[in-house]
This record gives sequence, structure tokens and C-alpha cells, in this order.
Amino acid sequence: MEAELQALASRLGALLGSDQVITDPVRLRTYDCDGLTNHRATPGVVVLPDSAEQVAAIVRACADAGVPYVARGSGTGLSGGALPRADGVLIVTSRMRRILEIDVANQRAVVEPGVINLDVTRAARPHGYYFAPDPSSQQICSVGGNVAENSGGAHCLKYGFTAHHVLACEVVTPDGELVELSAGDPGYDLLGVFVGAEGTLGVTTKITVRLTRVPETVQTLLAAFASIEAGGTAVSAIIGAGVVPAAIEMMDALSIEAAEAAVRCGYPPGAGAVLIVELDGPEAEVAAQFAEVERLCRDAGAFEIRIAADDAERALIWTGRKSAFAAVGRISPAYLVQDGVIPRTALPQVLARIDALSAESGVRVANVFHAGDGNLHPLVLFDDAEPGAAERAEDVSGAILDLCIEHGGSITGEHGVGVDKARYMPRMFSEADLDTMQMVRCGFDPAGLCNPGKVFPTPRLCGEVPGVRKGPHPFAGKADIF
Amino acid sequence: MRPLDALAKVCGDVRPGESAEGVLGVEPSLVAAPGSVAEAAEVMRVAAELDLAVVPRGAETRLDWGTPPRRCDLLVDTHRLDALVEHASGDLVAKAQAGLPMDRLAEALADRGQRLALDVPLPGSTVGGTVATGAAGPLRTLFGTPRDLVIGLTVVRADGQIARSGGKVVKNVAGYDLGRLFCGSYGTLGLIVEVTFRLHPVPAARAWVTCSVGDPGEAHEAVQSVLHSPVAPSALEYLSPGTVAVLLEGVPEGVAARAGQLTTLLGDTAQVTDTAPDGWGVYPDGTTLIDVTAPPTALPHLLAATAQPEVAVSWNASGHGHVGLPSGMAPAEVAAVLGSLRDTLAAHKGRAVVQYAPEDVRGEVDFWGPVPALALMRRVKDQFDPDHRLSPGRFVGGI
Repeated sequence: MEAELQALASRLGALLGSDQVITDPVRLRTYDCDGLTNHRATPGVVVLPDSAEQVAAIVRACADAGVPYVARGSGTGLSGGALPRADGVLIVTSRMRRILEIDVANQRAVVEPGVINLDVTRAARPHGYYFAPDPSSQQICSVGGNVAENSGGAHCLKYGFTAHHVLACEVVTPDGELVELSAGDPGYDLLGVFVGAEGTLGVTTKITVRLTRVPETVQTLLAAFASIEAGGTAVSAIIGAGVVPAAIEMMDALSIEAAEAAVRCGYPPGAGAVLIVELDGPEAEVAAQFAEVERLCRDAGAFEIRIAADDAERALIWTGRKSAFAAVGRISPAYLVQDGVIPRTALPQVLARIDALSAESGVRVANVFHAGDGNLHPLVLFDDAEPGAAERAEDVSGAILDLCIEHGGSITGEHGVGVDKARYMPRMFSEADLDTMQMVRCGFDPAGLCNPGKVFPTPRLCGEVPGVRKGPHPFAGKADIF
Repeated sequence: MRPLDALAKVCGDVRPGESAEGVLGVEPSLVAAPGSVAEAAEVMRVAAELDLAVVPRGAETRLDWGTPPRRCDLLVDTHRLDALVEHASGDLVAKAQAGLPMDRLAEALADRGQRLALDVPLPGSTVGGTVATGAAGPLRTLFGTPRDLVIGLTVVRADGQIARSGGKVVKNVAGYDLGRLFCGSYGTLGLIVEVTFRLHPVPAARAWVTCSVGDPGEAHEAVQSVLHSPVAPSALEYLSPGTVAVLLEGVPEGVAARAGQLTTLLGDTAQVTDTAPDGWGVYPDGTTLIDVTAPPTALPHLLAATAQPEVAVSWNASGHGHVGLPSGMAPAEVAAVLGSLRDTLAAHKGRAVVQYAPEDVRGEVDFWGPVPALALMRRVKDQFDPDHRLSPGRFVGGI
């Protein structure tokens, strides 16, 4: 370890308890990646603060020493947003897991950043409430991580993303100040830009989230189609009819095959695509709309429709979908998970192009997607034992992103940019766009120590002042011209 | 070259300002109305070269909000930037230029059975003005405010560069969300030129259920009973004097059934109507308008603190409301009411911000009250507008 980092480690040891600072190389390796395992770096030091004051002290110590730091919740992110720095400090929030308040009357909860997403719902459920953002990792991911990534989930089609459910964040800014960013306060909506900034603007230490009333009823159906096109037609018809489902998910034949192999979800045999549609809300609304959804699916050519009669059957329908990523491991030694977005109406063209890409390259692609909002999760399969296969898979994966951009979409719908996609940012945004985003970063973190190297392909020098330098004021003494 | 000539070289509509065009009394020297995004960028570039202070202007419905600018050399008028650039109805997305009036946008969207789920409290206001002031109405209960519905934004920076964030898909986490940052930024960070919104289908049916409440305690009870019920209202409001009103939207049979549930819940005075009750979706009467943040449990305290006759209140279950103070109220009294409102709300993490006040009141009150992250806001402002030329003085802390 470099002398500088060693000095910082001992300073951190003095600020925190000795059990809160990890420098043992073996233990440090536990933290060398997040959910994106092909990027790894062993952190220089790991700290386990248990209070906002400790986080502030850590950030101040890092700022004084000029050492970069990265915050990490449960490490489930899929873009390397919590990838540590070998020359820096990793701030792990696993000891900040208190649910501080469940305020039913105001429909909100106050939690520490390490609190597990699903635990908020568990605490709110007895009162008839839940925390709406439901990323697939919700059993283990942290609310702090959800804030950093602006996490979505299958149900964000109707209920929105984390940004829509966070009312305030207590934040340690990169200069070590503890401030509250609140949607209700006057001034700029700094909370709005902080959520989803992938941990590059500060470390959140306390989060006030909105709680959502548990819907009166939930109805779920599974519809099987001969082809993806037919499934896509059903999706367009449902949205076109003015229905806002809680979720619409689609899987193609290859991902169905994988799910079948892994969890025996028993989806209709011979399906080229299955569609899961879930409606929730007041009973009378759902009943009427559900009947319409069923009709629209049949009109689009669904050859089998299963309706969940109860929660157990609903869980069964979801099993295949929720296990799809992991299940692909059953049919392929290795795979990449892509996360691109396209306008929903471009779905048929883009899927045809993905098919063509797959055929040309010989790389198999399984498609799982949040069809309602055009968020594709193509799973690009390869054999990591085969020379060059990983590179070919990467190429196909990158080409899929290009397709998304070409159709006016995005390079990431919910996994974030992190280290994984920083290089794709210039394909989606101009230099001026990226420069402008980084003005925010320069305002928050001029020294560039807070999770550096993420989101942006090249950092902006914060000393640079945009604009043309001025001469004397043109109206000086001339106001009478007009 | 004179500034007028320099601007006329890049923009087809430039003229000297008129005294009637003053922004809270600060008369602009020049008015430029760019007809395209490229022209707007050129105007901003020239303004930067000539060190002109710029104030954007839409339909002037809120130009007299906030505090007066310290300088206003150039008004950038957006009325020629009034195109609906794209309505991708299959994707429930629309892109509009800043100067497009909200009502024209609504008409165009309604042609294809869709809407932007934002109320327009001041008729005539534009897309740009709505976003720049973060304006919303009753529907914010379910749909939020501009920050929740803007999915893409194009701005012209202080230096004339065009910058874009977000895009035309709802689900998108690529890069910082400058859309949210610009919502409610009052023209102090850049010129908003184009906005992309997510849309919602126009509901097939709607109904309002209203009930009378006699005191703050009853208002609280009625609001809490609706809030924790499963009827999923699109809007839940308190309207002075003494009405709790709920908007239900959905399919006809659903709306009817939910209205029935609510009438049972709200008791004898409950009424179902197919038109909005008085005061719905407009700011309360008065000449001093105060925006309040007040979570549901703060409602009875808000009402108690504003119990004077002639003080009008509207409040939304999202935890926001407005208080209108009458024109006859002396400046010192306005300041006193504002002070007591702030004290009352502070106990509930609430705030009170003056949005508009008549001239004699303006000097007597602190418009913004405490701004917890002001230092950070100043640093962000310094990055976007290092010379402090964009609506200087119009925003918190003199930003």
C-alpha cells in the first residue's frame, strides 16, 4: 500500500473503531467488484461507517488527503458503479441498516442507505403500504444503491423509478458537509439530479422514501404467442387502448427454454414468445381493464392464456421471468446482460435486427424485456472457454446498443452507465451535452474524488470556465441609444 | 457594433424593449424572439459576447413571480418557438418547443386520446414557463410535477452551447438528469428550448367527490380516510373554505364504483359531480401568493395558521399547497402571516415560499425562507452561469 493511503488508513482507524477499517488484503478482495464481475479492483481501504457523522469524517479525511472514494451498498449493481479504486477508499454502508421511521399518516419512511429494498416493504406492509421500486435484486440490494442508480424494476411502467419515490436525501457532499436535499425545499432540485448520479455527487446517509398504498387487487395473466411479433402486436394494442398496466414483460423462445431448464416454470410449450401482463388498482377498474387485455391478447393471436387465480399462481407465472437471467447459465457457459431502451413502437424492427445480428455473428441472443417501456435485456450467450468468443459477444452486445441509439433510445434503462458504458456515452450524447452534465459534477465535486471514472468517458477540468470572456459592458454609458 | 445590430445579424426578430415589458419593473433594453433552436443558440452566444443579462419570457403568466432581476438587458421571448416537434402517440411521448402554449399542446395530444398529466393553473402559460417554474396542479397527487414528467430537455447554455439530456424514452438512466435540475430553476441556469414529456392516456371517465369539513380536524380526518383507502385518486385536495375534493379517473364502471366507496367514506355531505368544484386547479384568490410544502399531517396546522377571513388556501395530498393573502393586507401583516406560517410548518418539515407579492410587500418579506443547500446551489449556478447573467437575482439567495 502506498504511504499516502497507509497514512489515511491509520487516520481512519483513529476516527472509527478498529473493526470498521479493513486493510487486510484477503478481506479487501471480498469487495473487488459489484454485480458486474468482469471489472475488478481491490480497494485500497474499506471502511464500515455506522453513522452519517462517520461518513462525513471519512469523506473529509479523503478530501484532505486527496484520495478518491467510492460508496457501496450491497454491491448488486450491474454496471460497475461501485467498482472500487485500488488507490482509494471504499465506503460500505452495510452497518447503516436501520429503518428509522415508518410514517403511515404521511405515507413515507425514513431509512439508512444500507437498508435492503424489500425490508422497507416488509416494514410498511402491515400498514397496507409498500416501497414501489422493485429491481429484480430487491431481496438484497440497498436503498442507497437504488438512489445512486435510480433503480426501476418490472413495475416502474406504472409507478415510476426511485427518483419518483424519494422525497429527501441527507447527503455528505464531497467537501464533507452534511446537507439535506429535499424535493419540498426552495431552490434547485438538487435531489432530482443526485438520484441517479451513480454516486458521483456525494454519499447519501439517510433517505426519505414515499410509501405506496397496496393496491386493492392484482390480476396477472400469461399469454403465449407463436412469435415475438405477435406478442409485440398485443403490447401495442394494450397501450393503444389506454391501459396502463403495472407491468408488461416479454420473453422469447430462447429465454423461455432457459427458464424451463432452470426452474420448470411450465410455460406453454411451443411458444415463440410469452407475455406477462399485470394490472393492479381498485377492483372495479382492474376487472374491466383485465377483460380488455385478455381480449386484445387473443386478437393478437395468443394461443394460450393463463390467469393467476391467487398469489401462488401469480408467483408461478413470475418465476420464469424473474429467474431468466440466472437461468441462461443453464444453456450457456457464460453470458452478457445488456440493458438498452428503444421507443416501444420500434420493438419489431429492433428485434428483427437483433435476430439478424445473431445470425450473422453466430452469437446466440436470448431476449427478455420490459415490453411496456421498451427496455430490452438481451442476454448475449458465449462460451468463455472458446478463444475470441467473449470478444464476439461484446461486439454483438455493443451493436445492440448502437441499434437502440439509432432508434432514438438509450444505452441504459436501469443498470446505469458506471464503468461499463462510459465509453458509449459519446454515441448518445454530444460533447456539449456531456460537458454540461459535468458542470453539475464540478459544482458538487470540483476535486473529482467522489466515485471518479464512472458515467463520463473523460472528466471535465472544473477550473475551466465556459463562455467567452467579456470586455466592457456594451450598455455602459449608452443606455440612451435606444 | 450596437447590441441590437449584433443580435439582428443572428435573429430575425429583435427590437428595443418597451417600458411595459419590464420584469418586475426592470425594463429590458432589447427583446429577441428566436424562431429556431439554432437561432436561440446564436442569440445566447451573442448575449454572452456582449455580456448581456438575459431573462427568458414565455407568455408572461409568471414573469412577475420571484424577485426582480438585478439586470435585464435582453428578454428572450419564446413565442416563435411554438412547435409541437413530435407526438409519438404509440410511445406516449411528445416533444414540444418552449414557447408552445400548454392549452395548444393539450388540444393536439387530445386528438389522439392522450394528455400531459399536468394541470395549467394559469391559462395561456407555455411549456417552457411551466417547466421553468415547476408548475403543477391537482393531478400532482398521482402524476407529480414537471420533474416527474419531463424525460428529455434541450437547453441553450449561458455561452450559447446547445445541450441535451435524457431523450425520448421514459426509462433512461444514461447520464445526469438535467431535466429535473432545470424544473423550477426560474431561468437561472440556461434557456429551455425543447422539452420531451411522457404522456398518459386521457381517462374514459372522471368524477369529483367532494365533502364539507367544518374545521381543521375534520379536514384532516377526511384527507386521511381517502389517503389510506384503496380508491387510488388522481387528485386529492383541500379547498378553502371547508371543502375536501377528490378526482377519480378511469373506466366508467370503475369510476362509478370508486365514487360510491368514497361517498360512504366521506359521510353525509359527500357529493359526486362530473364537473370540477369551485377553486379546482387554480391558485387561491389573493394578491400575495405563497407556495407551501406541508405533508398530510401538517394540513390541520396549516389551516389553523391561516384561519383569518379572506385568507384562501388550497392544498394537495402530495404535500404541497398555496395560500393567497388579500390585496388589502398591509405589508407588515403579510410578513407576520408568512413568519407564523414558516414557524408552524417548520415543525413538520414544511416550508413557505412567496411566489408573487405586490410591490409594496416585496421589500418587506423574505421570499424564500431558509434554503438548506444554498451553498451547493450557488456552486452549481457558478458552473452554469459563471458571469451571473441569466435571470440574475430572480431566485433563492439572490442567484
